[in-house]
Amino acid sequence: MIEVQDLSVRFGEAEALRRISLTLTPGERLGLVGESGSGKSMLGLALMGMLPEQAAMSGRLTIDAHDLSGAADREWREMRARKVAMIFQEPMMALNPLRRVGDTVMEPLRLHLGLSKSDARRRALELFEETGIQDPEEKLRQYPHELSGGQRQRVLIALALACDPGILIADEPTTALDAHVALRITDLLTRLARDRGMMLVFISHDLAAVARTAETVAVMYGGEIVEMGPVGQVLSDPKHPYTKGLLHARPTITGGELRKRLPMIPGNVPALADLPPGCRFSGRCAVELPHCAGTRPAIHAVGGSRSCACHRVPEVMDGAME
Amino acid sequence: MTTRAINLRIGAFLVIVLSAVALLSLVWTPYDHTMLSVTEKFRPTSAAHWLGTDQLGRDVLSLLMAASVNSLAVAFIAVGVGGAIGTALGLTASACGGWVETAIMRLADLGFAFPALLFAIMLAAAFGPSLSNAILAIAFINVPIFARVARGAANQIWTRDYVLAGRAAGASQFSLTVEHVLPNISAALIVQATIEFAVAILAEAALSYLGLGAQPPMPSWGRMLNEAQTLMYLAPQLAIYPGLCIIAAVLGFGLLGDGLRDVSDPRLARGRA
Repeated sequence: MIEVQDLSVRFGEAEALRRISLTLTPGERLGLVGESGSGKSMLGLALMGMLPEQAAMSGRLTIDAHDLSGAADREWREMRARKVAMIFQEPMMALNPLRRVGDTVMEPLRLHLGLSKSDARRRALELFEETGIQDPEEKLRQYPHELSGGQRQRVLIALALACDPGILIADEPTTALDAHVALRITDLLTRLARDRGMMLVFISHDLAAVARTAETVAVMYGGEIVEMGPVGQVLSDPKHPYTKGLLHARPTITGGELRKRLPMIPGNVPALADLPPGCRFSGRCAVELPHCAGTRPAIHAVGGSRSCACHRVPEVMDGAME
Repeated sequence: MTTRAINLRIGAFLVIVLSAVALLSLVWTPYDHTMLSVTEKFRPTSAAHWLGTDQLGRDVLSLLMAASVNSLAVAFIAVGVGGAIGTALGLTASACGGWVETAIMRLADLGFAFPALLFAIMLAAAFGPSLSNAILAIAFINVPIFARVARGAANQIWTRDYVLAGRAAGASQFSLTVEHVLPNISAALIVQATIEFAVAILAEAALSYLGLGAQPPMPSWGRMLNEAQTLMYLAPQLAIYPGLCIIAAVLGFGLLGDGLRDVSDPRLARGRA
């Protein structure tokens, strides 16, 4: 169980995360989507207690009833091994080039579970099998450069699962992989989460991958969650203008022909320090009102378990903007 | 053949020959290098004495061979001890960051600012001149050098994703340092150690020349130079031979270190080729 309440992360004046609140129940799979710089990776790191040193965090963060709001690194280290684990974007970079991958996976087993060398090896072998690595015996002895990208990502997943964590945070795990391999990795993550009853936080800018993997989706923009809800509902019937824009900008095949030019959201994501004080999306929003840039939108409940942070939500709900 | 290959080959050749001679001298030298002879003084090159004899009738080749052990051992111990301490400090600085890093690196700056020769003279003044004090002085100058190299290289490794992944798997700063950082900076450290080897051999020769290093009857290239100095007009070869040995050793380790650096950093090599 993860509970995040009004979590903010500041770097001096710049607010990288603002007022994030979310709850994850055991076994839930959450997708975090957003553009680069939307704060989705920052949120992932905050859940791992791995924010950069200069970052100042406020708000509440509770994992399995442990209040980790102001936890020391020692406390986090215990959490990281057994409760939360993470996999990264670049499987090429995330393995020590000088160590056999088997040793890398065995390390947390020996360190945190106190397994003997032969037990750790056996467990690592099981993990390799579970993550679908071919010839696991042989792969244990290999170095990262001898493995393909997909295999390395599987090794990293095995490493993350070593101490049987309740939560797995996957930070764009498929971005560096080709489409076919990416699909197999997302399916593997979904299966593992389901089989193990593990919470999965799937961070991605790929809406299709999120739709395939997650049950709940949180759309992030400018360090805030602008819209959240069951993935099917949010993607088929977006409420926030940003989500609408994001979905609109997807390439789709209509009438058997790819649209020539993709519609886009005007403008760029502003630098962290230049974000408007009110609604972060003001300035790029198609349905903006004069007070949007100055006033923070409240988080409105929009039916069922959905929420949306937009001043115009009531009107959106009425369908006045369609 | 590229320049780096030539550097590496000449350096490796000189170092191997030097090491082989030093090892050989442990079991065999043409004569006992401590054996004096009143009748055999200042002999030129001959079949009996390939490099002649010195002012006390000792066989010069035997002396040079025995002295090579001394040079290599001093360099090895001094660079080893200084390098280990410096590396540990640099890794600590890099792992801790913050004020610990600042404190260690400012101390290293202080170490850099302190002249090694002055330190050696202070040690000699306090404890009397000896080879172990010379080793201590050379080790001392190596500490800040390795602290800087290790900290700089380690700071780069800390930004790598595999360190992040290790941390995500619950590893402590210490185990991250030992498992990930140290192995990945070892290339830089080996290169630095090879270069510092050359510096240490030169430093030992200099200190022994000044009488602050090896004491008689321990053979040393530096002290042979010192003793030959007053005989320069009478027997210049007595100064030339140890001088050539020092040059060969320093050049050998210097070229080897340079060559290794080029090999370990392909970007640099491509720029030069």
